[in-house]
Amino acid sequence: MSIFDNPFDPDRKLRAGCACGQHRSAAEHEQAAACDPVESEEKRYEGVVASAVMRAMFPQDAARRAFLKSVGASTALAALSQFFPLKTATEVFADTGAPEKKDLKVGFIPITCATPIIMAAPLGFYSKHGLNVEVVKTAGWAVIRDKTINKEYDAAHMLAPMPIAISLGLGANAIPFAVPAIENINGQGIVLATKHKDKRDPKDWKGLKFAIPFDYSMHNYLLRYYLAEHGLDPDTDVQLRSVPPPEMVANLRADNIDGFLAPDNVCQRAIYDGVGFMHLLSKEIWDGHPCCSFAASREFITTAPNSFAALTRAIVDATAYASKAENRKQIAEAIAPANYINAPVTVLEQVLTGTYADGLGGVKTDAKRVDFDPFPWQSFAVWMLTQMKRWGQIKGDVDYKAVAEQVYLATDTKKLMTEMGLTPPGSSYKSFAVMGKNFDPEKPEDYVASFKIRKAS
Amino acid sequence: MTSSLRLRAGLVSIALLAAFLGIWYLATRSTASVATMSPEYAKLMGLTATQGKSAMPGPLDVGAKLWEHLKRPFYDNGPNDKGLGIQLAYSIARVGTGYLMAVLVAIPLGFLIGMSPLLSRALDPFIQVLKPISPLAWMPLALYTIKDSSISAIFVIFICSIWPMLLNTVFGVASVRKEWINVARTLEVGTIRRAFTVILPAAAPTILTGMRISIGIAWLVIVAAEMLVGGTGIGYFVWNEWNNLSITNVIIAILLIGIVGMLLDQILARFTRMVTFPE
Repeated sequence: MSIFDNPFDPDRKLRAGCACGQHRSAAEHEQAAACDPVESEEKRYEGVVASAVMRAMFPQDAARRAFLKSVGASTALAALSQFFPLKTATEVFADTGAPEKKDLKVGFIPITCATPIIMAAPLGFYSKHGLNVEVVKTAGWAVIRDKTINKEYDAAHMLAPMPIAISLGLGANAIPFAVPAIENINGQGIVLATKHKDKRDPKDWKGLKFAIPFDYSMHNYLLRYYLAEHGLDPDTDVQLRSVPPPEMVANLRADNIDGFLAPDNVCQRAIYDGVGFMHLLSKEIWDGHPCCSFAASREFITTAPNSFAALTRAIVDATAYASKAENRKQIAEAIAPANYINAPVTVLEQVLTGTYADGLGGVKTDAKRVDFDPFPWQSFAVWMLTQMKRWGQIKGDVDYKAVAEQVYLATDTKKLMTEMGLTPPGSSYKSFAVMGKNFDPEKPEDYVASFKIRKAS
Repeated sequence: MTSSLRLRAGLVSIALLAAFLGIWYLATRSTASVATMSPEYAKLMGLTATQGKSAMPGPLDVGAKLWEHLKRPFYDNGPNDKGLGIQLAYSIARVGTGYLMAVLVAIPLGFLIGMSPLLSRALDPFIQVLKPISPLAWMPLALYTIKDSSISAIFVIFICSIWPMLLNTVFGVASVRKEWINVARTLEVGTIRRAFTVILPAAAPTILTGMRISIGIAWLVIVAAEMLVGGTGIGYFVWNEWNNLSITNVIIAILLIGIVGMLLDQILARFTRMVTFPE
């Protein structure tokens, strides 16, 4: 992740960037896994403070780069330390308030999307931030929702659209929820039963039965989007069923469904067990799409703000750790036991390292098959709302931005990330492309109207 | 004569078990043909795909795994992974709590209803409607109103196991032989004494039969409730292993659920024999 980059690198811009705002060019965005890791937390805090100072000294990025090129990074650093107490400033940045509540319960669903939430326990990210967190495995999305609403859990792993749906009162009582961090980006896939291996064109999929994990999920919206782009109406041409992820593989084996768009490790598990093949990674539909989120109720945030901040820091920290390719093998081993995901290590390793069997006899490599990026872009929330509107989950007018800003706490996360010594993106909205079609978060109504296939409202 | 019958029955049981295990063994041998694949691809795949191993475990796999569980039944690897002994203890504790609460409510209530023909007619339609409701149908309602998943599980056991006991108590109390009550009345025995010395002993076998049906239901319900609520218990264990598609562990859990259910039933059966009397 390039937020951890060296501010003394003359080739790096501190402000502008690529599509995601974190890399200096699209090419580097692609191979961000290869970015230099920062050895320690202290180093990283130092880096951030130094970034801020450099930014203050050289408002023009070109000037900073010219300066660094001419004197060299180490000279610049020495010069900077001379007149600015970098060490003291770093300590001030890292200092935080004591949590109101130390023993917390966090619910999760056993899929690789929850990697940061889960691994933060065995790898000690929660304890590092002064918390004693018990991560509790939960049977399904509806149960995790109810247990979080009932306050049995202080915070939980939820599908990215769920906190929006709960806050709007879709499928539950309206209770204000908030998302301080996204868990993972990418990391899903469309898997088809092996007998369909010659039916790779979605136009031939009329009448097939597909499983999705939950109605308010990115999986539902991405599969519908993908089908609709290929001219199939997901409400009339195919059958979509909500099936809990572990039952998907068994249903695929039993021929009850023809395929699914599911979270990983379920996709890879179907391949591992020889019942299906990977038709498409979700990143091929929308590279960098959010999937799962870390969510808590507004009430928890207001009653225990320091606990919440510490929790968010732990998650952001774990997410940053998980985003590095070289840590992925260790993570796979840490989260595979029965206490956590409960899956074969080989399966988790294939998901996390991106070198995987495709189910058709080939080995594929895509280091960005799943990635981790905590920043809760409000434009993600706006996109989800447009899809809720498109498929009739919300009726009537929607104040897209108001909802997005209420649920996705981009501003607070930005502040936390800065405190932690990370460089958050400058804006909370970005435009992106889904299957080549651009999405402008400023014009959500036009976006909804631009789709030919949608539910008439 | 009876001993030879018992011996012969035992032999038939063993023969049936052997036949069952044999067929199971043969049915799950790896038979499927295996497609040729490159070694690096094979390394990433499971045994089902690489060796044509049946997705269904054979009796030997289950036996080995069972032995592993029996060797250390009480390990505790954190909130989501505990030994089978601990899981069973959680389930039995939940069933015990819910069931005892149901006993405490159903038997006194059944007594009152049974002694009054008017009440027993008036309440009958309600009991008939509530009786056949599945435990899983109660679960969302309980979670939503009680707002605590472990109490919800106990509530669901309570609500599902109360009806057979209530109905049997009502029936047992109402059908005590009229002659006995009349004799008590002639001897001028008071209402409370009559209830405890005449009606209770006479109705006890029916009441205990109701309790025996209820414990069976309570044990059925706990597995379903724990699968839904999660956290601890044998039902959670089944769900967790299902999640990992580990059919071996699921079979072991099924076996244990059956054994514990049988033991609970046998305990109640013993009580029933203690209160049964020849007429």
